Amino acid sequence: MSRKQKKMLARILVAVVLFGAAVCIPAQGLVRFVLFLIPYGVIGWDVLWKALRNLMRGQMFDENFLMALATVGALCIGDYPESVFVMLFYQVGELFQSYAVGRSRQSIAALMDIRPDYANVERSGALEQVDPEEVAVGDVIVVKPGERIPLDGEILEGATTMNTSALTGESLPREAAAGEHVISGCVNLTGLIRVRVTKPYGESTVAKILDLVENSSAKKAKTENFITKFARYYTPTVVIGAVLLAALPPLALGQSFTLWLERALTFLVISCPCALVISVPLSFFGGIGGASKRGILVKGSNYLEALAQTNLVVFDKTGTLTRGSFEVTAIHPDKVPEETLLELAALAESYSDHPIAQSLRAACPKPLDASRVQQAEEVAGHGIRALVDGRSVCVGNGKLMDAAGAKWHECHRVGTVIHVGVDGGYAGHIVISDEVKPDAAEAIRLLKKEGVRRIVMLTGDRKEVGEAVASQLGIDEVYTQLLPADKVEKVEALLRDKRPNEKLAFVGDGINDAPVLSRADLGIAMGALGSDAAIEAADIVLMDDKPSKIAEAMRISQKTLRIVKQNIIFALGIKAIVLLLGALGVATMWEAVFADVGVSVIAILNAMRALRVKEDAQ
Amino acid sequence: MRKVYKLQDLDCANCAAKMEDAIRRIDGVQEASVSFMTQKLTITADDARFDEIMKDVVRACRRVEPDCLIQL
Repeated sequence: MSRKQKKMLARILVAVVLFGAAVCIPAQGLVRFVLFLIPYGVIGWDVLWKALRNLMRGQMFDENFLMALATVGALCIGDYPESVFVMLFYQVGELFQSYAVGRSRQSIAALMDIRPDYANVERSGALEQVDPEEVAVGDVIVVKPGERIPLDGEILEGATTMNTSALTGESLPREAAAGEHVISGCVNLTGLIRVRVTKPYGESTVAKILDLVENSSAKKAKTENFITKFARYYTPTVVIGAVLLAALPPLALGQSFTLWLERALTFLVISCPCALVISVPLSFFGGIGGASKRGILVKGSNYLEALAQTNLVVFDKTGTLTRGSFEVTAIHPDKVPEETLLELAALAESYSDHPIAQSLRAACPKPLDASRVQQAEEVAGHGIRALVDGRSVCVGNGKLMDAAGAKWHECHRVGTVIHVGVDGGYAGHIVISDEVKPDAAEAIRLLKKEGVRRIVMLTGDRKEVGEAVASQLGIDEVYTQLLPADKVEKVEALLRDKRPNEKLAFVGDGINDAPVLSRADLGIAMGALGSDAAIEAADIVLMDDKPSKIAEAMRISQKTLRIVKQNIIFALGIKAIVLLLGALGVATMWEAVFADVGVSVIAILNAMRALRVKEDAQ
Repeated sequence: MRKVYKLQDLDCANCAAKMEDAIRRIDGVQEASVSFMTQKLTITADDARFDEIMKDVVRACRRVEPDCLIQL
């Protein structure tokens, strides 16, 4: 609790004791009035003061003014205990509100506690502890085990494992060795590393993420704007209702003025829309905070709201549903052993920089001795011919095999097939393909379970490859051989097609698909850890590259929206009922103060549930 | 130009909403958002008259909620 809150608590306790005493002492007349006036003054002086001050500035519908009017009115008609109690309860509610909001603000700040405090810089041989903002690009920093990596950079020396969970929500540590990039915000777990800084703090991953999360509440959801607008009309309406209630029946029907004044005062007590105005943004804030704990960054409440209404998900294939790196996925030798086939092919390709050559080399377990290769020549569009250990080896497509006179055959696997011929005979083939991510099929299944009506995959890849991946993952609709511009067009066509209340989300890896990301209702970029482009372009950013996180984000957004709806219906419902009962004279100030403060407290407690996110993906 | 300001002692959510409304009505302000949760004011306004507009903003806020201070 802050000092202000502690002082308030003390005032409340003193007022409670004095109020209790006033209730117990059997006094009459003026003495009784004074006995209740003391706790009223203790608890309510600041409300009265603010009411007066705001009234001077023309703030008619200020909540302090209304509360002051209601309680002073109650004092005038002799309802002393009610008056003090309403003021007391109002202050208790205010204190609770400020405490609860402070707490959830803190716990969200704690979730995002990735800001590094210092960096150890090497300066003229000695280590110096400085603010990360003071470190320049090119400086060398040392990160000890247990420390947070303060800036993005490249490891010069040392190897370690890093905990990236603060950024990705992933608990599995990541390994990093010399020459690799490290990202600020991760925690260095095991080894001491020396890192050359590649970006100033302001452009580092940590600074970008913090900026994004802190500014997310500036983009408000439709529901939030609706509530603000509603609040603007609610208070004046209720106050006018109170005035009419106090004036009309006594004038028209000649009934007791005090009776109707009492009922009008209950109206004033309920006139603050606080429960709604505070609980709706708090729910969204909690939902965004909870999502960021799981490595899902949402750039605004409006996007969280849109995600819950998403019924159409369009995926890019490469890098999103598949790993985006080409790997040897099958080796089918005809006569020679598997390793020999792979080694021959890799050796023949050892001078090539083609992605296929790189994946062949990467698949070889042993280091390759390039001196075994002679006369390597590239046959444009067909492959490579070379002498390996004095034998003539051809590596390439079917046409190259035909030219060499090797009897080759097709492969049943989908992907790029590399045939290998040795001395005019056929040795077998190797299949290179992009691997589907392990959780991609699960991701599609979960999305369907969350109620996504249509899942579409777009790819620039060949028809066979695209369709094979789609059927493997259970995607019903796939469009292949698309250029980047075609993807934008396709998404626009889908946008025209969808029903009015639906939202379309596009999921990409943030590389080359920025136009599509911004065109869709909701752009989701994944694998954003270390990719600035993705963080910039998308509305929702998944820090790791797991497509299954989309379903999780959707669940969080739906839960948040559910809480928001519950609060709106609950708060409005109770207020409407108490207003009605108050007008009829059934509900008194006691019920009214519950409808005001009690409802706020319950709505806040409910809103705080949005912050809790289950670890488990199911 | 878009700028973000910290708000000190922003105690009530309804006041935040009223402040936001008042700021949006100021001439030259293109967009304004007061976040009660993060206690921040995000404002987009004409570059040329920005300082002048901010003076209006501060005045408007003082009228709505005198306890709350914009940290310039």
